[in-house]
Amino acid sequence: MAETAPVLKVRGLTTTFETAQGRVTAVDNVDLDVFSGEVLGLVGESGSGKSVTLRSLIRLIHAPGRVTGTVEWEGRNLVDLPDPALRRVRGGEIAMIFQEPMTALNPILPIRVQIDENLRAHTTMDAAQRRKRMLELMDIVGIPAAARRLEEYPHQYSGGMRQRAMIAIALASSPRLLLADEPTTALDVTIQDQILNLILDLREEFSMSVVLVTHDLGVVASTCDRVAVMYAGRIVETTSVHDIFARPHHAYTRGLIGSVPRGGSERTMLMSIEGTPPSLAHMPRGCSFNPRCTFATDKCASSVPHLEHIEPEHTVACFHHEAVARAGVSQ
Amino acid sequence: MASLSFILRRILQMIPTILFILVVTFVLVRLLPGDPATVMLGDRGREADIARINAQLGLDKPLVVQFLYFIANVFSGNLGNSIALRVPVTTLLVERLPVTLLLTGMAAAIAVIFSVPLGFWAALRQNRASDTIIRGTFQVGLSMPVFYVGLLLLIFFGAHLHWFPIGGYGHGFGDHLYHLFLPAVTLALSLSAVLMRNLRSAILNVIDAEYVDFARSKGLRGYVILVRHVLRNAVISTVTLFGLQVGVLLGGAVITETVFAIPGAGRLMIDSIYGRDYPVIQGLTISLAIVVSLIFLATDLLQAWLDPRIMR
Ligand SMILES: Nc1ncnc2c1ncn2[C@@H]1O[C@H](COP(=O)(O)OP(=O)(O)OP(=O)(O)O)[C@@H](O)[C@H]1O
Ligand SMILES: [Mg+2]
Repeated sequence: MAETAPVLKVRGLTTTFETAQGRVTAVDNVDLDVFSGEVLGLVGESGSGKSVTLRSLIRLIHAPGRVTGTVEWEGRNLVDLPDPALRRVRGGEIAMIFQEPMTALNPILPIRVQIDENLRAHTTMDAAQRRKRMLELMDIVGIPAAARRLEEYPHQYSGGMRQRAMIAIALASSPRLLLADEPTTALDVTIQDQILNLILDLREEFSMSVVLVTHDLGVVASTCDRVAVMYAGRIVETTSVHDIFARPHHAYTRGLIGSVPRGGSERTMLMSIEGTPPSLAHMPRGCSFNPRCTFATDKCASSVPHLEHIEPEHTVACFHHEAVARAGVSQ
Repeated sequence: MASLSFILRRILQMIPTILFILVVTFVLVRLLPGDPATVMLGDRGREADIARINAQLGLDKPLVVQFLYFIANVFSGNLGNSIALRVPVTTLLVERLPVTLLLTGMAAAIAVIFSVPLGFWAALRQNRASDTIIRGTFQVGLSMPVFYVGLLLLIFFGAHLHWFPIGGYGHGFGDHLYHLFLPAVTLALSLSAVLMRNLRSAILNVIDAEYVDFARSKGLRGYVILVRHVLRNAVISTVTLFGLQVGVLLGGAVITETVFAIPGAGRLMIDSIYGRDYPVIQGLTISLAIVVSLIFLATDLLQAWLDPRIMR
């Protein structure tokens, strides 16, 4: 996978918001590669900037927010692509699904209209072909009685069915990249598995890549090929899913892994590291993790470590990554 | 079908409402000070004449009997005769009510035509100069009394520029519309202000909703997102407000008709109250109340059509 060029190449992606406390940087100089057909996991504590990163990729950021950097997709930079061209990319080439299908689906339009408008925007199908395609999509995502359910409204669907409907809408025009922002957090555990398996199946079927934001290391282990770890708006480590668990090189990643009890329940949320993440308005100088880091030295409090390749497939932003690796994973 | 039973249920709900309106009207009219016979004959009326007129009007019977007569008459379409004008109340209603309904309808249409695009525009340019100017102007409209605005418009566009007649109702439908234009604008002003403010804030509530972002992420065109996803959701609350405001509008019509000398139901109402013309007051109150409940019915149905979550 590493030999082929990435389908999505993100460099220096930075998203700022103007707030009452001044300008805050929610996404800071993010570099990411997504390869064809892979599932890239994006993990990090709440507020680390995962959703803003995902939205910034397709410029889904509200007005006072500003996105800079490059998002290279099929030879185009999405950050400064003109609106008409960006519209063809959104939904047609890159689709997005959200955490809470109840709020992401329009409550007053039947599901049919919400799929159909996607097909109208990106295909030249006539009404009969679109109808056929909609029934097919409902079948693919596992919604029974498709003809009837197409006419129903989101409030008539159960939580799991709603998420399936959202996936059907997102996938209507066969995108090649799916951005999934915690698509299963709002669902019960059995439904979560069904939805994740559905996404994995669809990845094969549509030969698409997936960026999967999640809190859940169990989900990372079972679904992702590679992982990017975010902390306070920056990517601190990216590597294969095997290495992230076996050989973390960033103290923050190590803390996350260490916080998962071995042999216990597979599903454990992140977030049992000492201290709390910094607020965007009061970012520490230097490495933003240094106040919580047991490996930190003076250098960490004065200069920012940049993401560097320590192996072809492993990047880390830590001055002391060798020490972290030597310390190994607890137990 | 869910929607059909919803509509039927909503229509059946009007029956108790209308009965309630009848009771209230009956009681209210009896509570007005002064009695019609005295008003008709003046202070010099003799006891015997007063008694004769009261008997003619059925006012000497016990209240309960009067009420039963009243109900029976209303349902047979007989609202009695006007004491002052000596013609059937129904004739008066047929003559006057359409004028007021046309005036109110025009005012409502003008208010919608102005407030929807302006509310939309103000929301999209939130807190910029144009938003502030639109809102400021309408704030002034909202706080000025109807009769004052009416007089200003009359003096400027009627007496000064001669663009519009300064009063009356004209002959023929086109002429009616022409005569009612200034009064309708007067009446529309405060309604536009209310609707615009409501729509603006409703749009601002909706525009950051996640489903709007989801619609954007599908690559839809800007106007499709604004109309299908933002406006349709925002307008649900505005429709309710609109329905409620039409009652206020009918009240405003009374004043406007007086200022512009329009022979509508509002003027008739004021004249009848001064003249203690019970049957006319009753007839007008009942028919206006029924008009208002029909408007509520229409807005409820419109709202249910816009928001399928209501029809359950
Ligand atoms: N419109 C905005 N204006 C100002 N700050 C914002 C805005 N949107 C997001 N932020 C800030 O950006 C930071 C990152 O938010 P983001 O939603 O990306 O976090 P997240 O990693 O997705 O968290 P979670 O796991 O809770 O979803 C947060 O501190 C948030 O407060
Ligand atoms: Mg998020």
